[in-house]
Amino acid sequence: MNTKNSQAPILECKDLCISYYTRAGEIPAVVDFSLTLFPGETVGIVGESGCGKSTVAMAIMQYMGANGGIKSGSITFKGQNMTHMSEEELRQIRGSEIAMIYQEPFASLNPSVKISTQLIEVPMAHEGISAKEAWQRALQVLKDVKLPDPERVMNAYPHQISGGQQQRVVIAMGLLSNPSLLLLDEPTTALDVTVEAGIVKLIADISKKYGTSQIYISHNLGLILETCDRVFVMYSGEVVEEGSIDSLFSRPRHPYTHGLFACIPLPTADKNAAPLRPIRGQLPLPHERPQGCYYGPRCDHFIAATCDGEHIMMAPVEGSAANHRVRCARWREIEHDRVIPEGIGEQPVAVGEYILEVDKLQKYYEVRDNSLKALLSGKRIRHIKANEELNFRARKGETVAIVGESGCGKSTFAKVLMGLETSTNGEIRHNGVEISEIAVRDRSNKQVSSLQMIFQNPFDTLNPSHTIGSQISRVISKFGGKTEKGKIREKVMNLLDIVKLPRDFYYRKPRQLSGGQKQRIGIARAFAGKPSMVIADEPVSALDVSVAAAVTELLMDIQREQKTTLLFISHDLSVVRYLSDRIVVMYLGQILERGSTEEIFSPPYHPYTEALLSAIPIADPKVTKREIVLEGNLPSVMNPPKGCPFCTRCPRHIGAICDNEVPPVQQVNGRHFIKCHISLDELAQVEEVIHVPSKAERQQTVHPTQ
Amino acid sequence: MATATQTTITADSYGSAFMRGLKSFALLRESWVGMIGAAIILFWILVALLAPWLAPFEPNASIQPFARPGTVSAAGATFWLGTDHLGRDILSRIMWGTRTVLFYAPLATLVAYTVGILMGLAAGYRGGWIDDVLSRISDIILSFPVLVLYIIIIGVIGASGINIIIAITFASSPGIMRIVRGLVLDLRNRDYVAAAQTRGESDWRIMLVEILPNARGPLIVDACLRLGYVIITIGVLGFLGLGLPPPDPDWGGMVNETRHMAIAFPYMVLAPSFAISSLILGFNLLADGLREIAIRD
Repeated sequence: MNTKNSQAPILECKDLCISYYTRAGEIPAVVDFSLTLFPGETVGIVGESGCGKSTVAMAIMQYMGANGGIKSGSITFKGQNMTHMSEEELRQIRGSEIAMIYQEPFASLNPSVKISTQLIEVPMAHEGISAKEAWQRALQVLKDVKLPDPERVMNAYPHQISGGQQQRVVIAMGLLSNPSLLLLDEPTTALDVTVEAGIVKLIADISKKYGTSQIYISHNLGLILETCDRVFVMYSGEVVEEGSIDSLFSRPRHPYTHGLFACIPLPTADKNAAPLRPIRGQLPLPHERPQGCYYGPRCDHFIAATCDGEHIMMAPVEGSAANHRVRCARWREIEHDRVIPEGIGEQPVAVGEYILEVDKLQKYYEVRDNSLKALLSGKRIRHIKANEELNFRARKGETVAIVGESGCGKSTFAKVLMGLETSTNGEIRHNGVEISEIAVRDRSNKQVSSLQMIFQNPFDTLNPSHTIGSQISRVISKFGGKTEKGKIREKVMNLLDIVKLPRDFYYRKPRQLSGGQKQRIGIARAFAGKPSMVIADEPVSALDVSVAAAVTELLMDIQREQKTTLLFISHDLSVVRYLSDRIVVMYLGQILERGSTEEIFSPPYHPYTEALLSAIPIADPKVTKREIVLEGNLPSVMNPPKGCPFCTRCPRHIGAICDNEVPPVQQVNGRHFIKCHISLDELAQVEEVIHVPSKAERQQTVHPTQ
Repeated sequence: MATATQTTITADSYGSAFMRGLKSFALLRESWVGMIGAAIILFWILVALLAPWLAPFEPNASIQPFARPGTVSAAGATFWLGTDHLGRDILSRIMWGTRTVLFYAPLATLVAYTVGILMGLAAGYRGGWIDDVLSRISDIILSFPVLVLYIIIIGVIGASGINIIIAITFASSPGIMRIVRGLVLDLRNRDYVAAAQTRGESDWRIMLVEILPNARGPLIVDACLRLGYVIITIGVLGFLGLGLPPPDPDWGGMVNETRHMAIAFPYMVLAPSFAISSLILGFNLLADGLREIAIRD
């Protein structure tokens, strides 16, 4: 990357200030942003929502909407100042020289136009080539983005291909005119983990193959590490630190960057050894930013006169190669090594008797097919096998994670468990009582109160029409048996204290709360009836890193306190690794592997677990991973493979037996089971996927760069 | 992360339901269209309330037939809008007629809404055969031309205030049901509804407490528009002779009674027609204003 510095930069943003103008006045979205991008370089911009990272991308495209504008500074693209260009000149550049890829592929493609038409339009409009030539080129690019069967994709409509394929098509569309700059705004956030891994690899390969410069925007430090050469960390509208991946990830200098790292679970950590340390406070609103350092009020190293005086400018970090710069008045004084304390562990929770036993649980949905074809063939009713033979148990105080990608049946299982659906076959015993066939309305009050749920979407979990107080009160009056108004109110106040929210939230409506606060109320509501078991369906996946860390820690604390069994449903293995005691890996309605966290994360692995582990983005450059990218798509649940559910994508496929016979469940030891045709001995030979260097190795590699 | 400080409870910033109502009305001030609508409606409400004091004559008293607007009566008072063929003062009749319209129109709308909302909640939330039955019934009702429906219903059960309400409810609740059903289909998949289900709440509580309040935005706007249509309907029924039985003043009925004299005495028809239009305009403008605010938030 340093060798490229001799070339002229592709893009140069200098002292950029971007504001939005609303009825409430001017809102400075981005302040003092400078970036230089050389050909073939990939720059990552990382930050939490509202930090201005997408605004930067929009400004580079000069596509700010009616109320946004560049207040000062310049954007120079290939020597031309873009801020002075006319609409027509910009139109020439957009799509041909600068292409943008958005978060949601299904929103980027026009659903009523064939993919071929959408693709060939790009070179035809920008280069005026013939449709035939454009078709050839589109086909070639589709091959380059590793889409299987590109001819079929060309003739398909967007809804006929999967989300991962759609995103590949969008990337292909971006690459069609061979742009010099590609802007990627969270391109994998809407995708499943194993699909994400494929796209990330593709993005990393693009710059090598096409020489395209890229700006990669993400909230995920791990993905940035895998794709980028340099990284910019943004906070509240300004860059707080920039540097090469190696230098910034191994020696971060800004307290906010430290804070971010402390908020993400690393593969070395688990909840008892090293709890996450959330950043206190909240992101300031753009018009409420403090004097001096914007991060000041949340910073552990804040000193009155130094940090809240004049606005702090970016300063180069001496002794660091690779142009590492930081916006902190005290970076020299902070002892960066001691920022991450060690040894403040928690005692593991003592686990008790079995509280949940799932035995051969089956849940089929019936789908009635009214087409003429189905009528003639007599196959009117088809079954969606959402859950097929689930077996596992959970003890009191234990955290069991169910991991799997979308469509694996984990949410269906939660519904059956909660009584929103009834099972087709099999049993779920909760405290020894069979509940899988009892709908929630027929369960006793005690059964209902002992099984509660925390939902995924913070914006949906609370009823917008009622105050926080009344929503929690309702749970208490329903389950707590209390009827006195004063007592209920006291209890609600207690719960607000427990979830660390101020008491006057009692009177607030959900719209006056931030996402993290809503999720805390969701937790308070779930724990209000003193449940023996709580199901958390991706409770933090919609939250920002630092907020998610705080909510996760809160959940762990309450669980520890109340000795509740937690069933944690997630697709994110790094979070799961951090907080769970046991893991159940699901795929297409079946459990492929289950065991303790340690057992899941070390060989023998099920081949699918292996791929999932490889897909975890890890924000630590010292950790090495074996790369396993799964081919193909998740099969449809309407039409699953006859044999092993994973046989269509399995990299360790051993032959016809995989396709035709359901694999046996093999017991590795104790409570560790793998459902695979490959013998355990063979699976045990597999090398570990994630290699975490020991402390000694780490010390050795860190210090020489100093 | 917020600290667990024991903040004293400050209720005054949230206030009583009345204060919050005032606050939402204050929001309406940002839409001048809505304000004009509200002003027109307020004007007619005042007229209705103060009719006994404002009206210069007895509404049903026959005083001086065919008096042109501005004619001074024997007693010295002026017929500002003239009198009709039976010698009744038109202005006084319009003022007293406001009471009829502003009593029956909101009442009929309210009853139609109650029925429509209950049907819509049941159809949308429970689905299945309940939805099928209710939807087909509403399809059948909606497939009739509204006017024919009114003529049949009133023809069968007779013309009276209550029967007007019944007819309007019968004809407009299917439309309301459809709106509610559509809103419920979306709202019932929200997590807070699932949360209520998982704590074992009854269906009625979920429908009325968890779902309905969140559908109120579009419903309030629709109610304002529908109120306007109901006023037209009451006018039309009066005009067709299916409205309130005479002699009590009714705007539609006033137009009906004098329509064959419209060419010679246009003021007899125009004044009540104008009253009807202005009130409807008021409700439509208010609906526009409410919609504008709803979009903005």
